[in-house]
Amino acid sequence: MSASLEKGVRVLKEVIDAPIASYFSSCVHCGLCAEACLFYTETGDPKYTPIHKLEPMRRLYEQEYTVLGRLKKLIGLSKAVTDAELAEWQELVYNSCTLCGRCSVVCPVGNDIVYMVRKFREGMSASGNAPVGIKGAANRTITIGSPMGVKLPAVKAQMKHVEEDYGLPIPMDAEGAEFLVMLSSMEIMNFPEYLGAIAKIMNQAGKTWTLCSTAFEATNAGMQIGNSDLARVIVSRIVEAAEKLKVKTVISPECGHAYTALRWEGANLMGRSFGFKVRHIIEVLGEFQEQGLLKTEGFETDRLTFHDPCQLARRGGVIKQQRNLLNMVSKNFVEMPDAGFMNWCCGGGGGASAIEEGEELRMEAFKKKKSQFDAVKPDRVVTACANCRIVMEEGLEHYNMNLPVVGLTEMIADHIPNPVVAKPEGN
Amino acid sequence: MGEMQFLTWVRGTGLNLAISIFLLGVLVRLLEIYSLGRKKDLAEPRSVAGASGMNTVFRRSIPADGMLKNSPITYIGGYVFHIGLAIIVFLFAPHIKFFQDLLGFSWPGLPSQAVDFAAVLTIVAMLLILFDRISKPVKRYLSTFQDWFTWALTFLPVLTGWMAVQHLLLPYTTMLALHILTVELLLVFLPFTKLFHAFTVFGSRWYNGTVNGHKGVAV
Repeated sequence: MSASLEKGVRVLKEVIDAPIASYFSSCVHCGLCAEACLFYTETGDPKYTPIHKLEPMRRLYEQEYTVLGRLKKLIGLSKAVTDAELAEWQELVYNSCTLCGRCSVVCPVGNDIVYMVRKFREGMSASGNAPVGIKGAANRTITIGSPMGVKLPAVKAQMKHVEEDYGLPIPMDAEGAEFLVMLSSMEIMNFPEYLGAIAKIMNQAGKTWTLCSTAFEATNAGMQIGNSDLARVIVSRIVEAAEKLKVKTVISPECGHAYTALRWEGANLMGRSFGFKVRHIIEVLGEFQEQGLLKTEGFETDRLTFHDPCQLARRGGVIKQQRNLLNMVSKNFVEMPDAGFMNWCCGGGGGASAIEEGEELRMEAFKKKKSQFDAVKPDRVVTACANCRIVMEEGLEHYNMNLPVVGLTEMIADHIPNPVVAKPEGN
Repeated sequence: MGEMQFLTWVRGTGLNLAISIFLLGVLVRLLEIYSLGRKKDLAEPRSVAGASGMNTVFRRSIPADGMLKNSPITYIGGYVFHIGLAIIVFLFAPHIKFFQDLLGFSWPGLPSQAVDFAAVLTIVAMLLILFDRISKPVKRYLSTFQDWFTWALTFLPVLTGWMAVQHLLLPYTTMLALHILTVELLLVFLPFTKLFHAFTVFGSRWYNGTVNGHKGVAV
């Protein structure tokens, strides 16, 4: 057994817990999870059946944690997990799984399959079987500070542009602000209007907020490859920043997995609960709307639909807010089939969009999204995840569809009247 | 061994052996699974009505949106043979008599014609899902020896029981002995195969519901 395989096996043995043991013991091979997975439905290839993606981990579980399996191993009746097998499984565990969690909500015996894939990735990563693309993103986040290599000067340059364009200050390192606003590289580089939108919204709501110079990047490729050590380092920067600045709430940007990393995995990675809250920007906007702090003018009149980011809706429980917000600024909002809790993934979540060799498969899987669009023929698609946005733009281009994709936060901000007085209170 | 001796053995030694292995197996399997435990979730919980382990234990018996239309044979076949098995095992008068001897208490059963009807439906549903497993690429791909073996383990007691009642093929005593023997085989293998989902299905649904319920997601 190679040293890396040994490490992977050790990590896998550590992550196998009672839920995983229960799930493996319950699977009856009914194959229903395949019908929930866009990589199977769009290719028809049974190897993309979600539960099959876990086969090496299942065997390891059986060999290490069941009496009968240990007996079989003792007398040489079981097939050991090998380097070659794990290498072969990379495509199944990463390229063809976006951690969208649809399989986990259809399994009749109740298996949380995505929970297992997330844990299996720990072993894959430890044994050196994570894809180069996501590994690179994780390493850049650790060494440079962001997966796209964005550094603080780039953030500052964007801040300056936004301040000039919107006539509103962008606070940085403001101690005692209510909200610490996190960004994703994608927003810094491709969608700077997000930052301007935040400034307008916070200004209107009369809330204090800040960016942080030591923690501006919320995405967490460490979590995506399944390396909890790296994921912890990345999360800890944000936790330290939030504690240093004494903010009440950290706002996850329009990014699905950043939300999962901060909101649901963060405290567990750190091994302690937080003294501050973590909310997705859509949840914050929803709260503002409920409290009457969001006052918009006018309506979009073209046909809009909403793409639910998996980590926000099915995996994060935020489903109503985005609809209430959209209806506040739109007269013609239509739902796609399966929208909301059962929505289909864009095909690039969970780090998949960073895997170059997975692109062809991703485009194949995008046919699912395309069929949803074709069913309602919208003029524009609104979403709340910068990664979904980029992946959908790529897919739409691939299929020659002229369908603009926009972020919900910016759309809301577009309907907030420009401030008459440039100086907001506080900060 | 004559047929009477065979029947005596399966009713005595065989049954005791099978029940012992079954009980011990269930105990060991439950312990080896659930003693692994799990880490406490430290994330700030979000409480939503309907999002809990218990909710999922029940809710998961209903197909998720769009799935029934997508895989009707799996769902309908599955419902019919599971409910059919429950009716046959627990509501057939001779079975209730067996449980009464074993446990000391009894409950009302169904008329034998009704159980007979349930048995026929169960046999048909099981043949249908076997055919589905052979013909559907995903199911065939996932299937190992265990899938065919456990199908047979479940099917044979139903078939032999029904044939014994109908006095088909073999003398009643022999068929009855065969019926009891196949039930014993089922008991012996249940804890160590996928049939153990009969026990773990509740734990699995509960964990899924609890883990996601912590996030305020009703799965």
